[in-house]
Amino acid sequence: METFVTAFAEAGALLISFDPDFMSIVGLSVRVSLSAVAIACLIGFPLGAIVALKRFPGRGFVILLLNTFMGLPPVVVGLIVFLILSRAGPLGVLGLLFTPTAMIIAQTILVTPIVAALTRQVVADLWVEYGEHLRSLDAGPITTLATLITDARYSLATVVLAGFGRAIAEVGAVMIVGGNIDHVTRVMTSAIALETSKGNLSTALGLGIVLLFLALTVNAAVQIINTSAGKRAALA
Amino acid sequence: MVARLTRMVRAALMLIALLLPGLAQASDDERALLLGTTTSVDNSGLLGPLLDAFHDETGIKVRTVVRGTGAILQLGRSGDFDVVLVHHPEAEEAFVADGYGIARLPVMTSRFLIVGPADDPANIRSAPDAARALARIADGPFDFISRGDESGTNAAERNLWRRAGLSPWDARGGWYRETGSGMGATLNMASVLSAYTFTESGSWTNFANRGDLTLLFEGGPHLANPYTIIPINPERHPHIAARAAQRLVDWLTGPVGQSFIADFRVDGAPPFVPVAASGR
Repeated sequence: METFVTAFAEAGALLISFDPDFMSIVGLSVRVSLSAVAIACLIGFPLGAIVALKRFPGRGFVILLLNTFMGLPPVVVGLIVFLILSRAGPLGVLGLLFTPTAMIIAQTILVTPIVAALTRQVVADLWVEYGEHLRSLDAGPITTLATLITDARYSLATVVLAGFGRAIAEVGAVMIVGGNIDHVTRVMTSAIALETSKGNLSTALGLGIVLLFLALTVNAAVQIINTSAGKRAALA
Repeated sequence: MVARLTRMVRAALMLIALLLPGLAQASDDERALLLGTTTSVDNSGLLGPLLDAFHDETGIKVRTVVRGTGAILQLGRSGDFDVVLVHHPEAEEAFVADGYGIARLPVMTSRFLIVGPADDPANIRSAPDAARALARIADGPFDFISRGDESGTNAAERNLWRRAGLSPWDARGGWYRETGSGMGATLNMASVLSAYTFTESGSWTNFANRGDLTLLFEGGPHLANPYTIIPINPERHPHIAARAAQRLVDWLTGPVGQSFIADFRVDGAPPFVPVAASGR
């Protein structure tokens, strides 16, 4: 019980202090995960929409793959990216192992299937609603895709959040490919793992509370944007 | 509609563009020297101030990646480090003999310790030597938590069991449990289960979650824990920052680095003895 009380005190102290070391860890966490999610959306939105709308051979298999990869274990992704980026691996010459870039690559691989699979679901549902209408307008494929994705933007915001939540909370991949180097690749989750290994349980839990607080802030922000945008849309 | 989609894509691209400069800056720093070392050295808290002092003197930034010695040497073989600081003499010799490292240079020693529940049911406090202390734990048998991760500490522990004529890892699921993880995780588990475990002074002095765990046995010739630094061979891996690595090696084994290690204290006690002082 004492650990929990101390942990809340430490979390509070960390949040108020703006300790530069701590802020750089939070900053890197957010930067790495946001970059990964942004790249994952660039790939996942169109990919999901295409799978939802196009009929092609092997489509069922692609959907099965996307849904399965939503549950990719971060350590496995970390291990694969590690083997590719290690000096002994095919892309070793790039020297990317133990860099934030490597962490972004790993998290992008983790998040893209989530974004693509959820986008497919959202767009497929919308197609049931608008498909007839769009077909009657004789809309081309680009217009159709654009219409559906923009119409789905509030649902897609939730998709982005799901991806971001996955990225910011995982430790398995960033630990392996980032190496948890102080000031370079140390993020919230790997710092928590490190403090736990030192037996500083209340500090570790304090960091965990801050991580939750961060997730809460991001979710609240998106919810507020969605609600106000929804109101505006209703008025227009 | 198409315009709105274009706007969304542009927003995503702008977000990436906004985030990447910070990363580009990081990748410039990434050319710093990459040191692979063990949890035991890192947990002691020595590396931070030591490498800061090295940086102040030479301007060379050192990044450290922390794993067990087995994993560090494996990464060293792939050429993922410029230099490694490890503690597993047999594996280090093979590493250098195979041409992956240039040479083994002794830096410092710490002490292996046996810790366990304060009431010491196996009575290892009074054991004449470390091997017989382990034999008493096996006699009980009382719970023993092992790293089981091919780290330097794990290798030293296994050597000691062999010295006692025992191989408890063959009998699985009993009193001998392998965590397969780092020193901290293993100490946490021993603390919760009130079990015995094998650790070393650097990790132990800084470990904050001891609970009922107490230092029960230390000392004797088989509990010395020597660390060596090995620069990776640039003939194997031409991309290695060989000159910077050599400067770190020279500095650590030279008078400044050695006296820094000698003066380093955790709770008033020195966890490491520099080789210069041990007269080797």
